Formats: sequence, C-alpha cells, structure tokens
Amino acid sequence: MQAEVLFTAGIIGVVAAVTWFIRGLPYLMFGGKKKIPDIALYLGSVLPAAIMIILVVYCLRNIDYKTFPYGGAELLSVFVVTGLHIWKKNPFLSIFLGTACYMVLIRTIFA
Amino acid sequence: MKSLRFALRQIVPIIFSYVFVGLAFGILMHKAGFSPLWTIFSSVIIYAGSMQIVMVSLLSGGASLLTVALMTLFINGRHVFYGIGFVEKFRKMGWKYPYMVFTMTDETYSILCSMKYPLDTKEEKVDFYVMLSCHLLWIASTAIGALAGEMIPYDMTGIDFSATAFFVTVVVSQWRSFGSHIPAITGLVSAVIFYLLLGPDKFIMPALSISMVALVIMRDRIAIKKGGDDYAG
Repeated sequence: MQAEVLFTAGIIGVVAAVTWFIRGLPYLMFGGKKKIPDIALYLGSVLPAAIMIILVVYCLRNIDYKTFPYGGAELLSVFVVTGLHIWKKNPFLSIFLGTACYMVLIRTIFA
Repeated sequence: MKSLRFALRQIVPIIFSYVFVGLAFGILMHKAGFSPLWTIFSSVIIYAGSMQIVMVSLLSGGASLLTVALMTLFINGRHVFYGIGFVEKFRKMGWKYPYMVFTMTDETYSILCSMKYPLDTKEEKVDFYVMLSCHLLWIASTAIGALAGEMIPYDMTGIDFSATAFFVTVVVSQWRSFGSHIPAITGLVSAVIFYLLLGPDKFIMPALSISMVALVIMRDRIAIKKGGDDYAG
C-alpha cells in the first residue's frame, strides 16, 4: 500500500516537474533582469499565428484519410466553424454549432 | 471587477473543451481505481490535458520514472514555445509571475494571444483572472469526472471536437487582425510537410522548430509587411 502511494506520487511528481520545466524554460532563458533580446520580442509577436494553425493540424492528426470516411466529418466541421466565424465573429456560436455539426455527422452520414 | 468580468467572458470559448477533457480524465482515473484526491492533486500540479490522460495508462501500467519523464517531454514539449512572447509582461507581476508561467496551456495561450483589452481593464489583472479561472475550471471538471462521471447518461462521443473548433476560431480571428499572413502560412506549410514526413505522433516539435527558424530568416520581409505595427500578444 505504502509503495503504491509512493509510486503514484512519484509518477505524478515527475510529470509535473517536467511540465513545469518545459513551461518555465523561456523565462529561465530571457526572464532575468537584463533586457530581452529583440529576436525574442519579434518571435513573441509572430509565433502565435504559426502556432495556432499548427495546433489545428495537431488536433486533426489522428484522422484516417486513407479509408472511408476520409476525415469527412472533421474537415466538413472545420469548414462550418471557419465559415460561421468569418460570418458571425462569435467564438461561442462557431464552436457550439461546429461541435454539434461534428457530433451529428459522426452519428449519421459518416457513421 | 470589470477585469474579472471581462476575463470570464474571454474563457467562454474553451469551457466545452476543458469540461469534457476534464471529465474524461476524471472518469479514467476512477476506472483505474485511483481516489479522487489523486485526480485533483494531478490537476492542481500538472494541469495538462492530454498528458494527464496518457498518465493514467502510465500509472496503471507501472512505467519507469525515466519513461514517464521522456513521455512528458515528448507530449508537452510544444509548450516551450508559448513563453517567448510573455516574458516581458509576466516578469513584472510579482508573486503571480510563477503562477502565470506554470498555467500556460494550449487554450490559455490562445486566449491571451487573441485578447483585445478594453481601456477600463488592467491587462495584468485580466491575464491573471484568465489563468486562475481556467485552472479552477480544469480542476473542477476532473474532480466531477472522478466523483460522478459515470452518471452522465448521454453519449458524448465527438464533444472533443470543441477543442479543434476553438483553435480554428483563433486562427480565423488572427488571420483577420494580423498585418502579415506569412507567419500563419509558414506554420501551416511546415505542419503539413512534417505530418506527411513523420506521421501524426512526431510532427509537432519539428513543425514548431522549423517555423520558428523560418520566421527568423524571413524577419525583414514580415517587418516590412506589417508596417512596424506591434501586434504582440
């Protein structure tokens, strides 16, 4: 029992420590009292746009586009979200209807 | 008060994705036989959705600590790119500084990057409330999953698409507001290339790293196109 508690706490602790390290690294590199290098400021301003679109691909990474339905539900729903967001500019509406669309598609046409 | 209210409005788009991933983690922990206290403890100190879900199998499978550390580096490695734009802002925040650093997730990063602060709010306050309320929402969702998750009577398959939908809305908003589209196109091209080369499990770190290098190389072109306009997050 005691060993099991230690084992669980050990794993959770390691995951937390590594996650903190990853999140803290940029601040360890640039967070001192000295001035932040220009290149880091520049990257801070342009990276978000690159990262966001990579995150979309990351979310869609497990689509099987070689067999039916070829990611049809995901791609169609991404189009719905994009269209709604260009049109209505309301994040909640786009996400709500896009997700509803996805949940309906995987139960009907793409089931 | 105004800052808090504004912050709470900003987190609405991520509520679905947090609640349902959180419930999923809580239910998995419960099924694996862990007390809800472990679930809550993990959510307080780790606070990384997909990693916590992977961790359930590491916990029940008896993985070595080295394996666990490497898996975490591999799955959460992308977070290393999120801090770069916030060093300047967060380091002035006193006791809140470490909290801001450690509560940076895919979702909170996206919220902070796309926020347009009204004049009557304090940026630092809003940022802190966003981080705190998202963290609490995450902890609560996982706790509910652990305590009562199996009582949910509906089939929720597919609700996880709300995370994808959220990031798509952020891409669309940024596309509209950024002076240059080069950064977004760079990200897309490198993501697709590395996805095709390396497959779904290995593409994200190379895609992020090469985008960063490419953006450094294209610095002059982007600076000219955005016309000196500062759109930092």
